[in-house]
Amino acid sequence: MSSVASRSSAAGYGQGVRAAVAVAATVWFFGASFGLVARAAGMGVAAPLVLSATTFAGSAQFALTSILADSGGAVAAIAAAVLLNARYAPISISVASLFHGRRLRRLAESQLIVDESWALSSRGDGRFDRRLLIGAGLLLYAAWLSGTAVGVFAGKALGDPKALGLDGAFPALFLALLVPQLRTRTATVAALLGGAIALVLIPLAPPGVPIVVASAACLLGLRRGEDDG
Amino acid sequence: MSTVWVVVLVVGVATVALKATGPVLLGDRTLPEPVARVVALLAPVLLAALVVTQTVGGDNELVLDARLAGVGAGAAAIAVRAPLPAVVIVAAAATALVRLVA
Repeated sequence: MSSVASRSSAAGYGQGVRAAVAVAATVWFFGASFGLVARAAGMGVAAPLVLSATTFAGSAQFALTSILADSGGAVAAIAAAVLLNARYAPISISVASLFHGRRLRRLAESQLIVDESWALSSRGDGRFDRRLLIGAGLLLYAAWLSGTAVGVFAGKALGDPKALGLDGAFPALFLALLVPQLRTRTATVAALLGGAIALVLIPLAPPGVPIVVASAACLLGLRRGEDDG
Repeated sequence: MSTVWVVVLVVGVATVALKATGPVLLGDRTLPEPVARVVALLAPVLLAALVVTQTVGGDNELVLDARLAGVGAGAAAIAVRAPLPAVVIVAAAATALVRLVA
């Protein structure tokens, strides 16, 4: 069992890192645009860098920055960002078994979990590859932090990531990683249900909530799967 | 302490804790069989929710814009079994093109 797992993780490593390079370039541009926006919003130089180093999650960082820029207040900014990042509770539970050793080490390594590293490390059968998660996470962390630094100091020299279409690249990436997951009817039904819940809730709930509520669709796993043998 | 720093530190600590939830509280202990089946479905469910929110998600509203074209082009690339980096690049190019024209 363990030799099978390590063989397939070794085989997937190079492929995953190559995939992560294209994603890291996209993440870098978003990091740079975050640095630029945060500086323009009056957050200074150090605060955006500390935020990127600790939070390492684009949507929450952009949300709190725009709320602060609109003088929306600390409570609103914190609430929006924490709601947006609440998905990391179920996401981190899905990969919990990849983390070993002392609590402090697990705490440190878990900070490499981000949507893209998590998605890239998926092996398509509900299981995940530790080396892909850590490898992609390190590359993406470096891209996000260095992008933020460039954006804070020299962001105006860069293009707009939206003009480059980079915001359309992320959902396509997640779709590409979703398709191999749909091996069983239960997984397909759960994914459709999760997507539908998110779609219905987008206009009704604050950003972040739709994904968290959608994760309830995985409770379909409590039914005895007739096709999951 | 300024408002900015309060927000940065609270959100930073909260996010560190959220990302540590599974690895620190559960670690590599073996989950009971029904719970393991639920956890195994987290990946397809969360990926599907991410596809939806990143394609049409706005600030409390559905937004139909060039991202749809990007995901459509990405789906076509996936259908012809293009490698992952190609899917990402095709999707970005289609999004940028439609945004340029529209």
